[in-house]
Amino acid sequence: MTVMAADDDQGLRLTEAQKKRRRARSLALAGVLAALVVLFYVLTIARMGQNVVTPPM
Amino acid sequence: MAYSDSRDADGALDTDVLIGGSVRDYVALLKPRVMSLVVFTAFVGMAVAPGGIDPVLGALALLAIAIGAGASGALNMWYDADIDRLMRRTMKRPVPAGRLERTDALAFGLPLAFGSVAFLGLATNIVAAGLLAFTIFFYVVVYTMWLKRSTPQNIVIGGAAGALPPVIGWAAVTGTVGIESLILFLIVFLWTPPHFWALSLYKREDYARAGVPMLPVVAGEASTKRHIFAYAIVLAAVAAIAPPLAGMASLLYTVVAGALGLVFVWLSWQVLRTPDGDTAHLAARRLFAFSLLYLFLLFAVILAEWGFSGLVA
Repeated sequence: MTVMAADDDQGLRLTEAQKKRRRARSLALAGVLAALVVLFYVLTIARMGQNVVTPPM
Repeated sequence: MAYSDSRDADGALDTDVLIGGSVRDYVALLKPRVMSLVVFTAFVGMAVAPGGIDPVLGALALLAIAIGAGASGALNMWYDADIDRLMRRTMKRPVPAGRLERTDALAFGLPLAFGSVAFLGLATNIVAAGLLAFTIFFYVVVYTMWLKRSTPQNIVIGGAAGALPPVIGWAAVTGTVGIESLILFLIVFLWTPPHFWALSLYKREDYARAGVPMLPVVAGEASTKRHIFAYAIVLAAVAAIAPPLAGMASLLYTVVAGALGLVFVWLSWQVLRTPDGDTAHLAARRLFAFSLLYLFLLFAVILAEWGFSGLVA
């Protein structure tokens, strides 16, 4: 535990390649989340579809 | 906890493990090549189904099926990491290669599995969603966790998981399981064993090292070749005859499927004639490559004949 704390104090130094990989993964995750929002929006519109254009009486 | 798990023998932190894999590694977990076959066969099942589906909902359904297939791949790589590490064919996958932890694959696969089933249910109907859930369960639990390591019939029974996508596609449109979709299921189901047994003939050492009881490892090459030939004959006959009998294909399909079937049987015959102990396994490699083309062309002809009629709502 103390060893872990000592390492934590020193901080974790990432290489440029590691930083780039982490950035790419974060961007991909953001993209997936944005895509999910769009997907559920499209799904809702498609499911409601005709009822939105001509509401049932 | 993660820190203490990420130290090498000298106690130094392995920052590569801490940072995790790349986007490419996560894409690899989805087994994109398998996914493409799943999407294509599901699309054909959807296209030939009567009634039609809204094109947007159809596209969303295909996406859900693709993600479900990808989730199955990720969960397979989670469970099989120990044997993947021992096989040349799979040792470069993200988990056995050490670029991702096993738990990464599990944490990636589970939400995708549940999410894809829920999304398919919302986009289409509960029958299609139930079939997708069953397919994922069958592939991960029945095939990967149970059959794969316990019986040489693993891919015969487990092949059902790979054969279900056209049935899911059909159900997405109709909300039911029709005889036509079951014929598509049967074609993929009969195609799977000779396809994988051809591969396992020239990857026999791999499977033996990993302790996976594939047919060539357990029963030997000669028996495997006889099995391949027998399945090839049944597959060629069923694939050429069943769709026209069910009224889902024409004479043109029968001629094309018959010709392709003859090539499949001839290549299987070449495999059967190859002497045991031949290390090059050229005939088996040729059969494996052709089997992919065979299935693609069969489904492509069915798709062309139906002229996408199922997709026009």
